[in-house]
Amino acid sequence: MRTAQAVAWKEIQIYFSSPTAYIVGLIFLALTGFFFTQDLGDPFPEATLAPFFYGATIVFILLAPALTMRLLAEESKLGTIELLLTSPVRDWEVIVGKYVASLVFFLVLVALSFFYAILLFVYASPDPGPIFAGYLGLVLYGSAALAVGLLTSTMTNNQIVSAVVAMGILLALFFADRAFGSIGGLAGEIIGEMGLRGHFDDFERGVIDTKNIVYFVSVVAFFLFLSIRTLESRRWR
Amino acid sequence: MGPTTGKNLQPDMIQAKGLTHYYGPYPAIQDVSFGVRKGEILGFLGPNGAGKTTTMRIITGFVPPTHGSVTLDGYDVVEQSLEARRRVGYLPETVPLYTDMSVTNYLKYMGTLRGMSPKAIKTRIGDVVDVCRLGDYSKTQIGKLSKGFRQRVGIAQAIIHEPQVLVLDEPTIGIDPIQVVETRRLIQELGRDQTVVLSSHILPEVSMICDRVLIINEGRIVAEDTPKNLAEGLQGVDRLEVEVGGPVAQVLPILKGIAGVNDVAHVNNNGRHTYTIQAEAGKDLRNEISRAVISNGWSLQGLQLVGMSLEEIFLRLTTHEEL
Repeated sequence: MRTAQAVAWKEIQIYFSSPTAYIVGLIFLALTGFFFTQDLGDPFPEATLAPFFYGATIVFILLAPALTMRLLAEESKLGTIELLLTSPVRDWEVIVGKYVASLVFFLVLVALSFFYAILLFVYASPDPGPIFAGYLGLVLYGSAALAVGLLTSTMTNNQIVSAVVAMGILLALFFADRAFGSIGGLAGEIIGEMGLRGHFDDFERGVIDTKNIVYFVSVVAFFLFLSIRTLESRRWR
Repeated sequence: MGPTTGKNLQPDMIQAKGLTHYYGPYPAIQDVSFGVRKGEILGFLGPNGAGKTTTMRIITGFVPPTHGSVTLDGYDVVEQSLEARRRVGYLPETVPLYTDMSVTNYLKYMGTLRGMSPKAIKTRIGDVVDVCRLGDYSKTQIGKLSKGFRQRVGIAQAIIHEPQVLVLDEPTIGIDPIQVVETRRLIQELGRDQTVVLSSHILPEVSMICDRVLIINEGRIVAEDTPKNLAEGLQGVDRLEVEVGGPVAQVLPILKGIAGVNDVAHVNNNGRHTYTIQAEAGKDLRNEISRAVISNGWSLQGLQLVGMSLEEIFLRLTTHEEL
């Protein structure tokens, strides 16, 4: 466990000392700020964070892979993975450590966006329910997206490949709930249930449904499991 | 078989049996077996692509062998991987380092990964920095260090947890001569208490540092002995150097005609004619040669036995199928 902590701590330090993370942070805030202010220009604006949440889920499809692409792809590229994997560290400790680091940076980004909520509470009286639920949903959504990105970073030594593949998977998952319309039947229903966006909608409306929480937690567990297995498989190639 | 019983059966710190590794259809190493005793420095010698790195990666548990097994201190590197890995310090050939970390932070990180307590790391870092002469650079970012210093950082991370087994892949490659000498001295010092396995394609280096040499070529072990014995064991093929004052065209056939001479090579050094004679195994032909030269009326200006250098043995071992 201490080694997982050490891995996480090292990655966190790299996040906060590298320009990539700050660029990601800048773009996240700039774009979500745009979505947040979008409806405020209406004659009778609603005191809601719904547009912000909507924007954040889209922006994060692009930014989560940018945050995770380095995590293992770079170790493979530089060869530092050789020392990592010959140290007495378990594979899950490596994966969990790396994942936690990306999660911490993501949570800092989310915390920065509290600014929007504070603005709403200062200048209006929004319904706190959807804001609280929305943030819970956003954290779950982001956690899932980061787990996807971590898996693709584990599979390649090329950061670009990792990012592009992760974006592809996330986009597919994002729009999966639309599959029901075009495919139909049981298959369409199953694919639709796999959709990221579909499970986020309830949170945005202020509904905290266990089903949706279980969904996101399962996605995280599934992709972390695959990441650990992929790392393990390096020992057999 | 538990680790304790394994220990009793195998006095060797490293025990490799029948290691074979395939990259796709191509075997990188085939049926490599060896043992390394505690406190011994074993050198892997061989040309590039001989399978040295693959063998080291198997010992350290980075890649599993396709066939065969390795135990470290009785622990199987595949089956009891964690226990085996706890006992190893490893310096890969490319010296992979996190370039954006400072030397101290990097060593702390590697120490933690190797399961050291923060307190142990704190006391140990000073020693390691001293031993590897990194004193003035301990706060420097690794990316700003020269190749030689990176090599020292690489060695420092390999020894920080005082591993029982130290695996060094080409530890002196690409650094300047003064640093090479220092690195060799350092390895010899480490080899007093630890078991060291190192690879090299530089013969003098291996014969200087190692207690035992394992020559590997095209994935197979072609010779294994102490550097001294390797040189002696091959002195069956004797070589003489003769300097003769006389017409080359006549001297050559006469020398070649002496019973027991396999081959004669002639070198003209500004009018001084030196002939290198390959004699049959174990034959001392000095009497016959001097008699032949003098009876023909030429002058014998020099005659000496020349032993084979390890370098020649190496070439012989790795370029000929026999021996």
